[in-house]
Amino acid sequence: MAHGPQSGLKRWLYTTNHKDIGTLYLWFSFAMFFMGGCMALIIRAELFEPGLQIVKPEFFNQMTTMHGLIMVFGAVMPAFVGLANWMIPMMIGAPDMALPRMNNWSFWILPFGFTMLASTLFMEGGAPNFGWTFYAPLSTEYAPPSVTFFIFSIHILGASSIMGAINIIATILNMRAPGMTLMKMPLFVWTWLITAYLLIAVMPVLAGVVTMMLMDIHFGTSFFSAAGGGDPVLFQHVFWFFGHPEVYIMILPAFGIISAIIPTFARKPLFGYSSMVYATAAIAFLSLIVWAHHMFTVGMPIAGELFFMYATMLISVPTGVKIFNWVSTMFRGSMTFETPMLFAIAFIILFAIGGFSGLMLAIAPADFQYHDTYFVVAHFHYVLVPGAIFSITAGVYYWLPKWTGNMYNETMGKVHFWLAFIGLNLTFFPMHFVGLAGMPRRIPDYALQFADFNQMASMGAFLFGAAQVVFLFNVVRTVMGGRKATEQVWDNPQGLEWTVPSPAPYHTFSTPPVVR
Amino acid sequence: MLRGFDRLFALLAASLSAQFVLAEEQAVERWGVNMPKGVTEVAQTTYELHMLIFWICVAIGVLVFGVMFYSMWRHRKSKGYKAAQFHESTAVELVWTIIPTAILILMAIPASKTLYDIYDTDKADLDIMITGYQWKWKYDYIGSDVTFFSNLSTPRTQINNEQPKNPNYLLEVDEPLVVPIKKKIRFLITANDVIHAWWVPDLAVKKDAIPGFINESWTRIEEPGIYRGQCAELCGKDHGFMPIVVKAVPQDEYNAWLDGRVASAVKMRELTGKTFTFDELFAQGEKVYNNVCAACHQPNGKGVPGVFPAIAGSKIATGPLNNHLNIVIAGSQVNPAMQAFGEQLSEVDIAAVITYQRNAFGNEMGDTVQPVDILNFKNKQ
Repeated sequence: MAHGPQSGLKRWLYTTNHKDIGTLYLWFSFAMFFMGGCMALIIRAELFEPGLQIVKPEFFNQMTTMHGLIMVFGAVMPAFVGLANWMIPMMIGAPDMALPRMNNWSFWILPFGFTMLASTLFMEGGAPNFGWTFYAPLSTEYAPPSVTFFIFSIHILGASSIMGAINIIATILNMRAPGMTLMKMPLFVWTWLITAYLLIAVMPVLAGVVTMMLMDIHFGTSFFSAAGGGDPVLFQHVFWFFGHPEVYIMILPAFGIISAIIPTFARKPLFGYSSMVYATAAIAFLSLIVWAHHMFTVGMPIAGELFFMYATMLISVPTGVKIFNWVSTMFRGSMTFETPMLFAIAFIILFAIGGFSGLMLAIAPADFQYHDTYFVVAHFHYVLVPGAIFSITAGVYYWLPKWTGNMYNETMGKVHFWLAFIGLNLTFFPMHFVGLAGMPRRIPDYALQFADFNQMASMGAFLFGAAQVVFLFNVVRTVMGGRKATEQVWDNPQGLEWTVPSPAPYHTFSTPPVVR
Repeated sequence: MLRGFDRLFALLAASLSAQFVLAEEQAVERWGVNMPKGVTEVAQTTYELHMLIFWICVAIGVLVFGVMFYSMWRHRKSKGYKAAQFHESTAVELVWTIIPTAILILMAIPASKTLYDIYDTDKADLDIMITGYQWKWKYDYIGSDVTFFSNLSTPRTQINNEQPKNPNYLLEVDEPLVVPIKKKIRFLITANDVIHAWWVPDLAVKKDAIPGFINESWTRIEEPGIYRGQCAELCGKDHGFMPIVVKAVPQDEYNAWLDGRVASAVKMRELTGKTFTFDELFAQGEKVYNNVCAACHQPNGKGVPGVFPAIAGSKIATGPLNNHLNIVIAGSQVNPAMQAFGEQLSEVDIAAVITYQRNAFGNEMGDTVQPVDILNFKNKQ
């Protein structure tokens, strides 16, 4: 058996190496991030001022739909799987993932799934235009013909995620180095273990709901059509039973990354490790019983409204515990502010703001006013952009020297951070205001009183987009060369990944380390 | 320095107070930053809940971010600060679990009370059925004959930036929903095609309109006025173009309006027997077309390839009249986006719009359809 990688294209097609597959996942998600980002910029350009200027409403709806789908399934989820591939074996002292061939397969079906999804843009009738939540009957009886391709591509992406999750669980439960007990695992490993279980719990539900759509569209069933004895609201229940855990799937691994970075740059152990583990588990459990808070206005019985309101409010308790723990870790530390730390701190502040608006949205009577407005758009972008995107970015800067053996350019990293930070807040903060003032989401044109804040948001969006070009440039430069990184890279960071050379050799921990 | 600023401000405020207040009000309207207080009791309670939870969040935020910024300022390596090594405290963990839980319980009490209030749709003085269509609203005043559609009245030319925009751009309709003040009005909300949501912020009413199901909501408006809202659930192409306008008036004004409505409905029925000239039908047909058909089939009749078929040169509009009558009156069997307009439009309007479609866009069929033809066609079915 060869000890190094194969040469040329074969290396990437046939690879079963966790580091190669991690790299593939990360580059793929980076590409999707730019594609989804361009769509966001089309949306923001159209919303720069009242009136229709750049795109027609039907295309606008395709853009909002594809932006959401690509960012969720193409950018955020594969990026976390890529980080898991790279880091989990190194963090637990394993030579590779437990199921390397399935690992290859679960990555390589992704490009095909997304090619199918993107191809709908060129079909007659256009791409899916019913929002990333694809509520029936807009997505069934009233959908463009391309909806069938959308359904199949969701099946493919779901299969990929389930395989990835199985692999991660198998790896973590079976391949830890001697002495690496569960409660000694780094939090990134813990949060991913819990995330993987969530994925296995809900991805089949997503597959189920799109299959029900397929039956309604092509085989004469009426799951979601009242005329045939079905119920459009059933769609929303099934979708959000997947959808709410899904948003936590996109944030739990982020908690793990932040819990690795903050202690390193505060030079102080993480505060409340075990409470962090329990809080993550509590959040994951609660995520399975709060789905209908996305549906407060569908006309549920009051008992349902009350249950989902109380359960949703409860989530803020374990989430609060996490924030308090990170702040306590920083408190009386000896802090420095390299790029990963800047992104991590911004994560805590902005994610907390997203958490606050989440708590506001949990209050059902107030939600009647917030629901489906730009306030919701502001809320979930505050949890997803600083939450998922900033944590992934922080993780990339943090581990890039380990992956490539080269230090990234710190100045450029800081420029990236400040541009992104300002751009993000300029884009999404004003959305709170227009939402409260009455602007519904998913509209291509709006009343005059919303013009000023929308203009600000559009300018912020382009700034944020420009910041990501700096990021791309910095990453490419670091891959090509640069100042050599030491084995430890940072000032005494904790974890097995820092005990191997930089760049990490193609095979690490062929003989397991001993963890005390 | 600070005192100087204070004095300057006091001076400014005193001398310009009148203009200042006015300017500020305009600024707030232009830069609306908060939820409207609304004109119903429920809206006001909702607003108070919103502000309460907002200030709770601000307080927690100040505390947490305060500690964080303090340690970022003080506990940095560049200042030579040596890191402490503590990393656990069960007592502290318990404190910051229990206190937030207590705050949440306190918050849940008023929220639940308001929710019960919103759900109490009993003992209404007036029932109005609201039906969402792609992309307009229909209002039925239950117990009277009054029923009408409410369409966006902002002209296309303003949307396409060919004309300056009205102050109520995209928030104006041809026929507002007229309701009496100080009466409990129950809304029965449903939809004809996809899911819509009926939302008027000033009334704090937002309820999904779901095809095949009827949702209930209610309001009691305290002050006369015009209150504007929009569809709040993505419902297809023109989701952004189906506003809601509620006109709340005193009871006697409402009664007069209702009588006028009933009378004009009777007059409309009489018109069905009348024979119109081609020009009358063509002119009325153009109006109806632009209001009802143009959203999909486009103002130029060319449609959108692959999505909405063209009228210009179409097999139906240039083929046998019966097929044309059938698709307009009964809707399409294959494409649900083509609704059954027999229930939505008057016989006069259907006759007019079919006449228009068969003679506009270069179709030149030369036939005229009278309201009586529509009635006969309907009766045969």
